Amino acid sequence: MADLRAQVMTRGRPLPQITLDSREFYEAARRGELRFQRCSDCGTWRHYPRPSCPQCLSRSHRWELASGRGRVYTWTIVHGPTLPAFQDEVPYNIVDVLLDEGIHFQSQLLDCPPDEIHADMPVRAVFVPVSEDITLVKFRRAGTC
Amino acid sequence: MTGSGNTIGDRAAIVGIGQTPFSRSLGRSEFDMAIEAIFAACDDAGLSPRAIDGVVRYDMETTDEENLLAALGNPEIRYQASTSWGGGGSVSVLVHAAVAIATRMADTVLVFRSRARGKSSVFGKDQLLGGRYWERLGERLPGLNQWHVPHGLVSAFQEMAMITRRHMIDYGTTEDHFAEVAVALRSHAQRNPHAVMRQPMTIADHHASRYVAEPLRVFDCNIETDGACALIVTSTERARDLRQRPAIIHGGALAAGSHHIRLSTLLARHRDEDSAARVGRQLWATTGLAPRDIDAFFCYDFFTSFVIMALEDYGFCARGEGGPFVTGGALRADGGRLPTNTNGGQLSEAFIHGLNNNLEAVRQIRGTSTSQVADCELVLVAGANTDPTGAVILRR
Repeated sequence: MADLRAQVMTRGRPLPQITLDSREFYEAARRGELRFQRCSDCGTWRHYPRPSCPQCLSRSHRWELASGRGRVYTWTIVHGPTLPAFQDEVPYNIVDVLLDEGIHFQSQLLDCPPDEIHADMPVRAVFVPVSEDITLVKFRRAGTC
Repeated sequence: MTGSGNTIGDRAAIVGIGQTPFSRSLGRSEFDMAIEAIFAACDDAGLSPRAIDGVVRYDMETTDEENLLAALGNPEIRYQASTSWGGGGSVSVLVHAAVAIATRMADTVLVFRSRARGKSSVFGKDQLLGGRYWERLGERLPGLNQWHVPHGLVSAFQEMAMITRRHMIDYGTTEDHFAEVAVALRSHAQRNPHAVMRQPMTIADHHASRYVAEPLRVFDCNIETDGACALIVTSTERARDLRQRPAIIHGGALAAGSHHIRLSTLLARHRDEDSAARVGRQLWATTGLAPRDIDAFFCYDFFTSFVIMALEDYGFCARGEGGPFVTGGALRADGGRLPTNTNGGQLSEAFIHGLNNNLEAVRQIRGTSTSQVADCELVLVAGANTDPTGAVILRR
């Protein structure tokens, strides 16, 4: 984990404020698990967290373990300007991953040169602790360790 | 959607427009610029600012109703409303103004926006001092910012780059298509003395500009400027007796939908089911008009690629065909098949959160544009198409 932490941790970068709606997500991430809300009645996964299921209007859900597998749906290479705390990283990538569960999740792809990123590229989640309470979910190409 | 009728149709009209100069930096407060634009719009209409009894503004506008009372001395502002989501509200403000007039909640409605957003307008951390919001973010982010910003996804143009990339993947849209939009709008700005960017631009110039977030280059992005715009809306009946040829609000529609700062939900919705396409379908259904009836198009051109998507959203071409549609100068006022943003838009004139495009739409109806479309009788004006949004059709 130490090498991963070095890749994404820079002093002064904004971190998530854990809220009543997102607490379970970050607690799971800290344990190395990717969990999202899933409707207890119709089984639909959802992100961002919300209090009812848009498919069936059920108010019941569980925070279920996701596979961590998905494919790159779209991406950008940021050249700047950007937030000053990220300026020293440019050019950096941001990806939207369409997870196998049908959820879109925005993050970054580690260890991948910009010109090798492509649509439908298989990726998997990795967990990067960045503070006492926050572990960020990043991605790597599937098949790499 | 269907059968609701066109209940605000032709009841209200835009009778006054006003603005400040547009510039990279005016060194003035948003309050001060707002009042200048409001006075200019009232003067244009031949009405006193004291006649204003309704206000519709953007919710992020820093000059609020109390500021207006304090500066204008109006005895009463009877109707007040604000639209959410920045650019998504840029035409919704006119829909709300028309609703206020049609229901007689007000007689003279002010719509305005003032922005100190040029780079050199970043004076400090107070929101009233201008500058870019993301340079004032805290170290811990609640709400939706918690999902994007910690990964370095910090600004609209980065989110738009990701949506744009997916359009390229799905439909084969190219950077040449984006360049066509930038060049067409620049050709309009070259004839517009208010425009901030008036140097000639070629396709090659566009391709030579640097990437800010691939696939978007500097010349794909709106410029950042200082300035303010205002419009005065009143009843069509009263408009006949005023100074200017009225721009009649023939139809209007609103729709909730995705927002670009929430990509997980935006990317999960097909564009045909999102806000702009829904607004378009409502407008055509309630007015009985069709895209072929429109003489000029005004859309929220924060990025070249979203002009292409707006053409699809509003039915000027099929989904995915916006790129081919814009080739060969189709958006140019001098002979294009759909003159678009004939002021130069937010890509080349100024970025007043869309309201400068609304002013130009009125000029086209009056016949006073510097890129005038011959016999311009019907224009479509649309707000940002990555937001909950609105649109109107204006007519002579």
